[in-house]
Amino acid sequence: CWLMVVRKWEVFPGRNRFYCDGRIIVARQCGVLPLTLGLIVVTSVLFFIFDCPFLVTHLTICIPVVAGVLFLFVVITLLQTSFTDPGILPRALPEEVTNTERQIDNSGSVTYRPPPRTKEIIINGEVVKLKYCFTCKMFRPPRTSHCSLCDNCVERFDHHCPWVGNCVGKRNYRFFYTFIVSLSFLTSFILGCVITHLTLRSQGDKGFLQALQESPLVVCFFSIWSTLGLSGFHTYLVASNLTTNEDIKGSWSTKRGEESGNPYSYNGIFRNCCAVLCGPMPPSLIDRRGFLPPDVIPRTVASGSELHPFMAKNDTNMVRVFASAPSFLHPRYPKINI
Amino acid sequence: GPEFHNLQELRQSASLANKVFIQRDYSEGTVCKFHTKLPSELDSRIEKTLFEDTVKTLNNYYAEAEKIGGHAYLEGCLACITAYLIFLCMETRYEKVLKKISRYIQEQNEKIYAPRGLLITDPIERGMRVIEISIYEDRSSSGSSTSSSTTSSSGR
Repeated sequence: CWLMVVRKWEVFPGRNRFYCDGRIIVARQCGVLPLTLGLIVVTSVLFFIFDCPFLVTHLTICIPVVAGVLFLFVVITLLQTSFTDPGILPRALPEEVTNTERQIDNSGSVTYRPPPRTKEIIINGEVVKLKYCFTCKMFRPPRTSHCSLCDNCVERFDHHCPWVGNCVGKRNYRFFYTFIVSLSFLTSFILGCVITHLTLRSQGDKGFLQALQESPLVVCFFSIWSTLGLSGFHTYLVASNLTTNEDIKGSWSTKRGEESGNPYSYNGIFRNCCAVLCGPMPPSLIDRRGFLPPDVIPRTVASGSELHPFMAKNDTNMVRVFASAPSFLHPRYPKINI
Repeated sequence: GPEFHNLQELRQSASLANKVFIQRDYSEGTVCKFHTKLPSELDSRIEKTLFEDTVKTLNNYYAEAEKIGGHAYLEGCLACITAYLIFLCMETRYEKVLKKISRYIQEQNEKIYAPRGLLITDPIERGMRVIEISIYEDRSSSGSSTSSSTTSSSGR
């Protein structure tokens, strides 16, 4: 059986990078993620080395335990935010595009041209404009936005976070929220412990300046304002079921006396929080590790990708044979024989 | 329209004529729901009630997957406590429902759509954006081909 094995991530059109054979996805520019990770790890390690011994002997063993748990939480949720597909929408396939572009005018003749830029629909009584995305060639679902850095349409697009090196969208928003909240707790906790350490130590024989040099106070002091501020802002967003994108654009603001409420809100803080943070975990729509149906494998990929042990070299005749077969198959779930 | 006895026969003797796309219905928000109106291209191919039933059942499945309530809240809290690491080991409720949907679509294709020369593509294969229905025409110009009436096994 001459079968070319090409996974869908290898032909992904957006600007993303993939690792572990498609299991991990990151934005192309993840430049600041190492810095974020480095800052967190270095500050925490310095805290454990220089402050914990003193505080354990003078106060309680709970301090490094709590700090350790918070640190793990922060790092795990950070990595999950960075490496999870934020809710990327796959681009429209050619037949779908043709269908969207087809316009039938009064005389009954058919022409193909790009559709109007916006389409209005009504959601829960509110008029919402859906924009046509010229890159992905589809009308964007509500709350979807196209990220120019990643060149993808992302569902429930919040923002592109350079610190995390990824977009924050429907699938990884809860990871992001947990990350900033636990980071706020971690920085506040470290700050508090370090201040305690300094106050206690300055009562001893060593001078205040000496103690200051040994403590990661500065990092925590400066970052605490941004982490606390960001956590507070996102808590407000979660409670009102808004995205950063919508808030900045003022999509549902009630200025000018107009009754323009948020059609996605459940009109209850608890229900909104539940919906945003405890809602179902939607699947990744781009199916990175799925296999391409044989008739759509482009020549350029076919020649360069890894060959399955059973396969022979790429042969143009082979590609042509498969091209004539209808592409029913390669579903993501195994078919059950009925 | 052409009559095919099963999926196997459809593949062997038919060629793709057209594709129809059932769009998403956003009137109730971002929840996954499709329009139930029968498109004009399928008017002659399938009964309105059968088609509506299929789409309504699919909509119900998606509603089940995306339901928020007491159970979902508990799951969410538990997941949060483990720093969401359980998502790496456990199959989510959504994934379970998607498998059910896949089976249902296959069954519908076998029983209802393939005999009428139609084939439904699982919306997950199209980014949950459309239900793609392929319309097949018989390859031979005169009527349907009943020669290969094998009672074959279901599609691979």
